[in-house]
Amino acid sequence: MATKSAEIKAENAPDGGERYVLTGEWRNHSIGKTLKEFEQLEKAEGQGRLEIDLSGIEGIDTAGAWLVRRLMSAKAHQGREAVLTGVGGTVQELIDVMPEEAPVPPPAGADRRPLFEKAFTPLGRMMVDLGGDFYAAMHILGSAVRGAQLKFGRGSGVSPASVVTHIDRMGVRAVPIIVLMSFLIGAIIAQQGAFQLRYFGAEIFVVDLVGILQLREIGVLLTSIMIAGRSGSAITAEIGSMKMREEIDALTVIGLNPIGVLIFPRLVALTVALPLLTIIANFSALYGAAVVAYTYSGITFDTYLSRLHEAVDHSSVAAGMIKAPFMALVIGIVAAVEGMKVGGSAESLGSHVTASVVKAIFAVIALDAFFAVFYSAIDF
Amino acid sequence: METELDQPQTTEAKSQDDRKVVLSVRDLTVGFGNNLVLDKLNLDIYRGEILGFVGASGTGKSVLMRTVLRLLPQRSGTIEILGVDYATADDEQRVALDTRLGVLFQHGALFSALTVKENIQLPMREYLDLPQSLMDELAYLKLEMVGLPPDAGDKYPSELSGGMIKRAALARALALDPDLVFLDEPTSGLDPIGAADFDALIARLRDTLGLTVYMVTHDLDSLFSVCDRIAVLGQKRVLVEGTLKDMFAFDDPWVQSYFRGKRARSVVTNEQPAHRQVEK
Repeated sequence: MATKSAEIKAENAPDGGERYVLTGEWRNHSIGKTLKEFEQLEKAEGQGRLEIDLSGIEGIDTAGAWLVRRLMSAKAHQGREAVLTGVGGTVQELIDVMPEEAPVPPPAGADRRPLFEKAFTPLGRMMVDLGGDFYAAMHILGSAVRGAQLKFGRGSGVSPASVVTHIDRMGVRAVPIIVLMSFLIGAIIAQQGAFQLRYFGAEIFVVDLVGILQLREIGVLLTSIMIAGRSGSAITAEIGSMKMREEIDALTVIGLNPIGVLIFPRLVALTVALPLLTIIANFSALYGAAVVAYTYSGITFDTYLSRLHEAVDHSSVAAGMIKAPFMALVIGIVAAVEGMKVGGSAESLGSHVTASVVKAIFAVIALDAFFAVFYSAIDF
Repeated sequence: METELDQPQTTEAKSQDDRKVVLSVRDLTVGFGNNLVLDKLNLDIYRGEILGFVGASGTGKSVLMRTVLRLLPQRSGTIEILGVDYATADDEQRVALDTRLGVLFQHGALFSALTVKENIQLPMREYLDLPQSLMDELAYLKLEMVGLPPDAGDKYPSELSGGMIKRAALARALALDPDLVFLDEPTSGLDPIGAADFDALIARLRDTLGLTVYMVTHDLDSLFSVCDRIAVLGQKRVLVEGTLKDMFAFDDPWVQSYFRGKRARSVVTNEQPAHRQVEK
């Protein structure tokens, strides 16, 4: 595009002052190259009256007009008189609407807090946030139990259709991935166990290893982690986008308890679905282990089953299964807390979904550790 | 290639070629599937004018604007903006054209991950070679021009009210000093005072910056106070374009009920012949 770049030239005026002659296009895409020269002249000290000749310019926009204005202000600060010549009506008008000083807000003052305070403020904030999260979680748990109605209403607490829908979405549709994941986990544990136990000639005990490990710990833990990633994120995103679009506020105004209406069905669905998924995961993992035990160590299915029968008792199954509803509750509550914290922007939705998954997985693992300590204390 | 793009657009030029066509649409046909939305539509917008675009819901006002902005494909016809037909233009011309259009979307469409200042500077960063300090000054200048306080620059769009979002979005649309600005329902969702302010702002910017404005609106106040010409979309084409007087004279049931309805009458009777005097 044949635009003439902006040019500025300083010359002496006949009346003893100075004259800056501006030519070319003074528009935002053409002033870049001249800017350095312009700023030198802007700072240059000079004597007498200054004339800014704009008769040679071929175009000007707000960027150019602002520079001219800035030049005039700079000269005025130096105590010199600056006048424009050769300007038409609309150019003059454009320059006139420019403010004398840039309306740039003053930069925020430097952080003057002592180092100690600066270092520990984030930690303190984190602890306060953690406390806030805990209160929010308890609030959600309490409100969820309270049911759907805020005011006097005739509706029942939970709508069964909603719960069933969520069980379908969070439970039934998660079955394939849970089955596949658990099958592989069972197979991997069995394979590693078989190789290590072979040194002792105790390959048959791989059944004990897989059975107890899967039923007590791995089954529920990995299923929970998978559900935290799969359904926890979905809950946060759903609740969060409803929050963004004021749907939550609309529910409150109508007289419904948003937590009871939106979160309670999800919590119930998760609490039902997760134990069921854990059972499926356990079956799948034990089957995977059986396949590997047969192919690597020649343990037949009959042997595998009878050994499993001896190794695993009801308490092993129960120890794992008891954890599942608690895991579900924690995942659901963490997801709901994060969802309710979503602000107005898409970015905040993204960061809270991430936080939801990370916190839910952490909480699940921490809870599992807590159960392990608890079980050993009561000799379960 | 000597197109209008190459010529300097001084504001002085405005008076000389007052009737210069900035946007010219010829025989534009747009459709989805078997459904034709626009059929052989013709439209001209002249430099320095504010064209108000009205039409019943579903007549294709948004489709036309989105087609002109090349967000929707056209079946046939030509669209010339500032003398350049996008379909036949080379890459350089397309880029040049992009920098000379500004769009204010109906809901602002500010990028929520960026502050208002960064929103305004985004097109500058992309197209201009300017130092950060000057870009800051220009961004705050634009904010002042649209009537926002400087401290709005560091806020995120989610922290702004509806009216401020419109103003910030207008500031972004004006970031590159475009020649042609598209406004999609600029006053929808604003209170009457805010809407009147916004109309005055658009008129003032048109006068100082020499903008040409394509405004889709349903706001009768805006149509009567700020628009130089009005175009009515209906029956898949521009039914009528012209001044308010032409609208009253045009014999079409929809146009008649729109401009002679109860709401319109109350606006007309109260209306001062205002817009040219706004803040001069």
